[in-house]
Amino acid sequence: MVIKTEPFILNMGPQHPSTHGVFRMRVTLDGEVVVDVEPIIGYLHRGIEKLAEGRTYTQNIPFTDRLDYVASMTNNLAYVLAVEKLAGIEIPERAEYLRIIMAESMRIASHLMAVGFFINDLGALMTPMLYMWREREKLLDLFEMVCGQRLTYNYMRIGGVSHDVPEDFLPALKRFVAEMPRFLDEYDQLLSQNEIVLVRSKGVGILPRETAINTAASGPVLRASGVKWDIRKADPYSIYERFDFEIPVGTVGDNYDRYRVRVQEMRQSVRILEQAIAQLPEGEVCAEVPHSLRPPVGEVYGHIEAPKGELGFYLVSDNSIAPYRFHIRPPTMINLTALKDMVVGWKVADLIITFGSIDVCLGEIDR
Amino acid sequence: MTTALVGEQIAKEITELFPGAVVVADKAAVVVTSESLYQVADFLKNTPALDFDYLTNLTAVDYVDYFEVVYHLISLKSNHSLVLKTRCHDRDKPVVPSVVNLWRSADFQEREAYDLMGIIFDGHPNLKRLLLWEGFVGHPLRRDYL
Repeated sequence: MVIKTEPFILNMGPQHPSTHGVFRMRVTLDGEVVVDVEPIIGYLHRGIEKLAEGRTYTQNIPFTDRLDYVASMTNNLAYVLAVEKLAGIEIPERAEYLRIIMAESMRIASHLMAVGFFINDLGALMTPMLYMWREREKLLDLFEMVCGQRLTYNYMRIGGVSHDVPEDFLPALKRFVAEMPRFLDEYDQLLSQNEIVLVRSKGVGILPRETAINTAASGPVLRASGVKWDIRKADPYSIYERFDFEIPVGTVGDNYDRYRVRVQEMRQSVRILEQAIAQLPEGEVCAEVPHSLRPPVGEVYGHIEAPKGELGFYLVSDNSIAPYRFHIRPPTMINLTALKDMVVGWKVADLIITFGSIDVCLGEIDR
Repeated sequence: MTTALVGEQIAKEITELFPGAVVVADKAAVVVTSESLYQVADFLKNTPALDFDYLTNLTAVDYVDYFEVVYHLISLKSNHSLVLKTRCHDRDKPVVPSVVNLWRSADFQEREAYDLMGIIFDGHPNLKRLLLWEGFVGHPLRRDYL
């Protein structure tokens, strides 16, 4: 016998442990089945785009740290690359390599957190996550070595990086790079064939290829749906064309694929790190850039492959010391467009893990 | 490397089909009238040679004399890109057709442009504020908002 029930509305968040920040979902439920979901955002809106119009190009770098604060270094990179493109600044070789080293370490750190939280959302409370945090901690120590910060680094500068790495940085990084594949094997063994992980995530929260493209999903979410699109390969920036690495892709676009793509991407990042360390040249780390930079009148859209997807900066210059328009393309906000497609018809518990598999960061969504 | 298509060339193709649609075009971008925006966008998306299937970024800029809505388009298959723009001169009621029907990625981004810049996207299924709360007055990213 089918019991007829009235659909009811459940507000999940903004304070909810599994929403990874101040995110609210207005969920319409039929019993335990999700009928509709509307993301409601803006709780962390600080008006960064408006604030940036009143500050110089260099003063805006710390704002970018506060977007995706799990991967601040990458945000720095996206912004300074856009400004350099706008102003036509060449940067020294060593700085290019240091940037790649930071960006790829940051990708590993961000993915470790994404995977850890994903497993956490699946119900394996804390233990697997803390193992991942153990590795992340080593990376944070490395970042602390180079710039004294563990979360908001403000390390990149227009024209290079703020200062060279200390002597003991490279040995520590080499140690990390040598150890990391072993840990990844360990996690793979424990998690990737774990029956509970498979049952809960395989075939759940499917994002079809066409929908992924149409909603402009990017990063691991897009690649898990089988689209081989990585800006590092498709539109190489910095010096990515010098490195040999692969783009892992999924097949069906379910939660498991998104998890797998991230794990495999960490392995590729380790590969890039190995090559970057081997090729790292000596020399200057920052080009001579005028104190008050005035880029010529014009506009630029610079985008990079951040850990969570395509992070873009659209800057308009009127030849003054502050940007006329400073727009951020936040990858995870746009990835959320397809959330409804992924969860309708599934249970509340699946909604939590599907949302976790997108790997959002509210600092970036709300800006 | 993503090839940036030359704006003037695309403008020529657009003018052939929609006379008077192009306002101005240079190497980097094509500016079309807001009335013809939807048809042009449809043409860019559904012409096999262009095949712009991925609307990566949508935003608006306030140039005081007019608002400019900017669309950054990419074709994932052919790996080329184009910047499409449109302008609206009416400060009190800047209206631009919504492209959500073509690219769903415009959904949140158009809401954001409406919220912060006050651009009205005609045909958007759910045009309400995205980041600010419902009772908020004004559109903070406008140049005259202090």
